Amino acid sequence: MTGPTLFALVAAALVGTGLYGFIVSPSPLRKILAFNVIGSGVFLMFGVIARRGAIAGIGGDPVPQALLITGIVVAFSATALAITVLLRLAEEAPTTTLEPAPPRGAPDATRTTS
Amino acid sequence: MIELFYAAPALLILALGVYATFARDAFAACAGYLAYGLLLTVAWVQLGGVDVALTEAAIGGGLTGVLLVRACAKLPAKDSGLRADGAGAPIRWLAALAAIGVSTALAYAVLALPVPAATLAPEALANLAATGVGNPITAVLLAYRAMDTMLEAIVLLLALIGIWSLAPDRAWGGRPGPGYEADPHGILAFIARVLPPIGLVVGIYIFWVGADQPGGKFQGATIVAAMWLLTMMAGLTDAPPVSRRLLRLLLVSGPLVFVAIGAYGAFAAGAFLGYPEGLAKPLIIVIEIALMPSLALTLALMLAGAPQRSAAT
Repeated sequence: MTGPTLFALVAAALVGTGLYGFIVSPSPLRKILAFNVIGSGVFLMFGVIARRGAIAGIGGDPVPQALLITGIVVAFSATALAITVLLRLAEEAPTTTLEPAPPRGAPDATRTTS
Repeated sequence: MIELFYAAPALLILALGVYATFARDAFAACAGYLAYGLLLTVAWVQLGGVDVALTEAAIGGGLTGVLLVRACAKLPAKDSGLRADGAGAPIRWLAALAAIGVSTALAYAVLALPVPAATLAPEALANLAATGVGNPITAVLLAYRAMDTMLEAIVLLLALIGIWSLAPDRAWGGRPGPGYEADPHGILAFIARVLPPIGLVVGIYIFWVGADQPGGKFQGATIVAAMWLLTMMAGLTDAPPVSRRLLRLLLVSGPLVFVAIGAYGAFAAGAFLGYPEGLAKPLIIVIEIALMPSLALTLALMLAGAPQRSAAT
């Protein structure tokens, strides 16, 4: 196994890690973070594909590399918009967590037992 | 046998990615993500993508990291921490199955890639002379796939409009951010006076060499934007009210010039965004120079966030 292949396997693991975090985390901020981990995993994998296209005198296939630059910038703009929506929600709502609220009047102790 | 050179950063990246996703404390997770972004930069250099490494360091790791850390600081800790009882066991098992399935499929796809690899590099290099630029990535961004870059600049603008439209009524059209105050004799104010001249030179240099060397407008614009944000956070400058006409004009000027040159290509070269023979390099430079201030302003204002104060204060 070569170095770039190792990076590709790490990228595959990162996508899975991010996907799991994205599904199970009740916090929007952690979902945005996990989304970025998925994204960077996809980028890293695409980077390995660019590296495989390297020819003499050039470090990698420039077409996927240019698409990666575009992708990273667009992922940032999506993240910035998502974070601003979240901060605005936090100003208006008592909590931003997506967890269902405990039934009214239920003892709070149920939260600490597990 | 994998060299340590590859294995060390690869395993650190995986560990930090897992940490950033699963750390209990939200602030630790965001700080982990910042380090993760910087390590990814090392990976990009090892994968032969110095241009991508610069973008990752500036935008993927840097700006995104700052956004996340600041959001962590503003949100109540109980909203963003991870708890073991966050999701029910069936959901966690299904999520784990989905994650393992996706990872396995991706790993299989990567190992099954054809040898020799498909590549467009020879074509990109063969037509490099016609574009007049020396960096094949810049040629892809501004000649072969200029449409992507134009739409990307417009997407940034749309995201900024989205961010601005989240302003509460009382701050509509006002200044973004809380209006920072820092000790005028403190270390932050000192750095905000010393660093920007150096940062501006570095940013413009990276922008200018992008035609022939690794670098370019996005990386350069990010550094310039970071310098402006630094002076804002030190209380030396204030974010402009978003309703200011000059600011809006500067923001749209870059994409407008890009579209105008694209339309000119439709007449002069027979295709939208086509360049007439011999004019490719000057037109590319005009687009880059027009985009640079628009991008720097857009990136800085995206980080500054929605308007929070009325224009008067």
